[in-house]
Amino acid sequence: MAEFLNNNLQYLLNGILAGSLYALIAIGYTMVYGILRLINFAHGDMFMVAGLVMIFIISNGAPLWLGVILVLVMTVALGVVIEKAAYKPLRSAPRMSVMISAIGVSYLLQNCALYFTGGLPRTYPAIPMLKEKHTIGGITIESVFIVTPILTLLLVVALVLLIKHTKIGMAMRAVSKDFETSQLMGIKINSVISFTFIIGSFLAAVGSMFYFSKYTTVVPLSGSMPGLKAFVAAVFGGIGSIPGAVIGAFIIGICENLIKGMGEGWTVFSDAFTFALLIIVLLVKPTGIFGEKTTDKV
Amino acid sequence: MSKNVLRVQDVTMQFGGVVAVDNLSMEVNEGEIVSLIGPNGAGKTTAFNTITGVYAPTNGEIYFNGELIVSNHPHGKMKKLYAGQNNGKYKKIVEHTPDFIAKKGIARTFQNIRLFKSMTVFDNVLVAKHMRRSSNFFSASLHLNAKEEKKMREECLELLRILGLEDVKGEIASNLPYGKQRHLEIARALATNPSLLLLDEPAAGMNPQETDELTAFIKDIRDKFSLTVFVIEHHMNLVMDISDRIYVIDFGKLISHGTPEEVQNDPKVIDAYLGVSEDE
Amino acid sequence: MTKTVDNKNRLVTPKEKSKKLGLLTAILFLIGLYAVLIALDNFIKPSTFTLMLIPVLKKGAIYSLVCVSMNLLNGFTGLFSLGQAGFMLIGGYVYAIFSIPASQHPAVYQYFDGGLIKFSIPELLGKVIGENAGNFIGAIICIIIAGIIAAVFAALIGIPVLRLKSDYLAIATLGFAEILRAFFQWNALGKITNGSNLLRKYTNFSDMKIEIGGNVIKLGTLFPFLIATICIVFVFLLINSTYGRAFKAIRDDEVSAEAMGINLFKHKMISFVVSSFFAGVGGALLAMFQTTIQASAFMSAMTYEILLMVVIGGIGSISGSCIAAFLYIACSEWWLRFLDSGYLPNIFGGENIAVPFFRDGFRKVVFSVIIMIIVLFFSKGIMGDKELSLSRIAGKFRRKKKAAASAGQEVQSK
Repeated sequence: MAEFLNNNLQYLLNGILAGSLYALIAIGYTMVYGILRLINFAHGDMFMVAGLVMIFIISNGAPLWLGVILVLVMTVALGVVIEKAAYKPLRSAPRMSVMISAIGVSYLLQNCALYFTGGLPRTYPAIPMLKEKHTIGGITIESVFIVTPILTLLLVVALVLLIKHTKIGMAMRAVSKDFETSQLMGIKINSVISFTFIIGSFLAAVGSMFYFSKYTTVVPLSGSMPGLKAFVAAVFGGIGSIPGAVIGAFIIGICENLIKGMGEGWTVFSDAFTFALLIIVLLVKPTGIFGEKTTDKV
Repeated sequence: MSKNVLRVQDVTMQFGGVVAVDNLSMEVNEGEIVSLIGPNGAGKTTAFNTITGVYAPTNGEIYFNGELIVSNHPHGKMKKLYAGQNNGKYKKIVEHTPDFIAKKGIARTFQNIRLFKSMTVFDNVLVAKHMRRSSNFFSASLHLNAKEEKKMREECLELLRILGLEDVKGEIASNLPYGKQRHLEIARALATNPSLLLLDEPAAGMNPQETDELTAFIKDIRDKFSLTVFVIEHHMNLVMDISDRIYVIDFGKLISHGTPEEVQNDPKVIDAYLGVSEDE
Repeated sequence: MTKTVDNKNRLVTPKEKSKKLGLLTAILFLIGLYAVLIALDNFIKPSTFTLMLIPVLKKGAIYSLVCVSMNLLNGFTGLFSLGQAGFMLIGGYVYAIFSIPASQHPAVYQYFDGGLIKFSIPELLGKVIGENAGNFIGAIICIIIAGIIAAVFAALIGIPVLRLKSDYLAIATLGFAEILRAFFQWNALGKITNGSNLLRKYTNFSDMKIEIGGNVIKLGTLFPFLIATICIVFVFLLINSTYGRAFKAIRDDEVSAEAMGINLFKHKMISFVVSSFFAGVGGALLAMFQTTIQASAFMSAMTYEILLMVVIGGIGSISGSCIAAFLYIACSEWWLRFLDSGYLPNIFGGENIAVPFFRDGFRKVVFSVIIMIIVLFFSKGIMGDKELSLSRIAGKFRRKKKAAASAGQEVQSK
């Protein structure tokens, strides 16, 4: 065990970092799915856009603190705009149309990114605070490995409290249980949905800062793989459940990095592993670890 | 004594802790029209769903023309949860998907009309002929089965003519008026060449005149297609007019059965429908 | 309904008559089209116009087939599957693996000792029936094998995933496509797949030619059309058969389809396998078109693109899928190219107009905006769920004439 830890410590730390980042993205998926029953394919791309926005702001000479604030604000705004423009008009349309619209938005965001970057990989500005090196018990790690999981857990706890104890949180729970009835009970559906997108985008923006501080290049497709993995994490944990998404994200993040540690030949499977896990979960327990069972009425 | 077509034996259907159908036994004989009645939520549709294979019952057996088509006993998670009777009486597990049971000759309609909405009336009926095909995938998809296809079409056309739907055969099913949609559902069920027809609230949403017409219609198709009919219905006039026998259930339990007169005068039935007054 | 009795004493409805007319028109159209394609390859002098046109036609035909195969699944059976790129990948690779000439193996599989499979079907056939015929028939055999292997994979994948519902099915099929991509890039399988390196030197469209009386006739453009036509006609016949009706019934209402005796799993499986077979064939054709193939290109973005074409054409319309595929390919590869060039071409002759924001990638932005507009405001696409037919075109014209006539009357009355 000790030997395994020694050999794989770096991968394990990478895994915990990846897991916390997937968790931040997965929450956006799981909340939107819980309420709209929609896989928001554009969510991963918003994460990529947040990265590009940061690069753009900093390269124009703005200080880091301003960059952070602007990225958060702009990503949240983008999330809300996408919801209003691409999903709201299709609220009564079949589920497949909304999903196609989500795929369309994802395609649009990727192509816009391609246009603005000219297809060249861009380098994310270094956030000095996250790059500091610490030596703990004989090993040296950057602070990003410590800050990210802690911040993620704090955000998750705050979010769970928000959903459990505030009025808007109660409204969100009600809407995810029964869309129509909660509408009849006087819940303002649209503001609940907007709020969901605000939280999701906010967390994605936070995630993007840490993610790109670690993997420093941003290309138009940077968001799609982490996005898909985060979605798998959400399904794994039981879609609609926030703690489930977080646990799923950590499991996926750690496992895929340990696979990378198994050697050269296995690296190609680090992505495939996630999907294999997804398929196994869907077959064995389609509702995920914490999901609720639903039955179709005949 | 005429032949026994359907025999439901000690069927219990339990969802989690809720017992929807409780130790129900019923028989339907050849050529009969039998009704299943009971207050809302009594478990009538659930009983139909266990017969047609939509749900596997938790316990009990169902025979169709003497053949065992459904059998189950509490197992797995249900072993602990089971709250019904006759636990341990049945040993076999026989489960079939609805399509298998439809092929055996049980056809049904649905309480909340479930047509193939985007397809034409004619295609709705033709779909039901699919399972009676003898051509395989390649001969069918290369249209080498012209003879069979023609026969299917002719049979369906004839059926639509009999049911008075010929003039709307090219319409998209969801554009039909409500009454015609109900007729189409019956036509579609008949196209499967059933020997037993299950009708789930065929008169729902109909006015008294339409209900009277339906009464004659059900008897008519029973004779024309030599069917046995099992009906769930709320319109008492219709039930009393057409039924040879009636089963009454309440809270999933059989509370009465017999001829329409017997059932009508059974105090238990009156209680179930009107409620028992407190001071009795 | 009016019926006329023809001399064979058979009832012929006007509908049947128009069907026959439609069939005749379709056949004539195809013959004309094929003639033009052969002419393009052989008799028309290459110009900048034909140099743009020919690849667009080829790729359009290939994507038509792939879109139709996706439509069979998503539009006609109601199974939202996103695995198309994966099955195309299988098809493309299988095709390439079986058609790389033996002499090229050391060069192609240079990191894997010349690979494991050391023969090529077109080459083997070529030794028996002549090089050109061998290439032509060998390519067809390889394409069929490609389709079959894609179909076999689909059958294996289908056993677990077809039990899943709507969006779970979508994400599971997407996942399988990604897993397949990883396998094809895996160096341990390098002796067959060449690992993460590309496959090349296999038989492609330019090898498709026949010799008639000493004259060599090139069939490079005709070939993809020929294969695509056969496959699309098969899908068309399929969805108009009793199986097709069963698929549509499943799409409309699974519960009542089952109650009508349709075995859900079996029919979903048939649709999935057939769709994947044709996706595999499409992948093989794409491999031929590209002349090289690499697994890393078959990403989920490819499936999304195909899905968007299907949506543009109309979910549930085969002719719509074909029209959309050609339009999409023509726009992205040809008509809207200028958006990337920096200039607005001056159609009146003279200088091109410089537009600063017309640079690399702008075409795709415009494209995705158009797609979003279609998805949001014209969700029926070009054809909705209807098919292109003579009577419909005639009907459109009649309506237009009527509208024009009534408009004329209005003007007069004023």
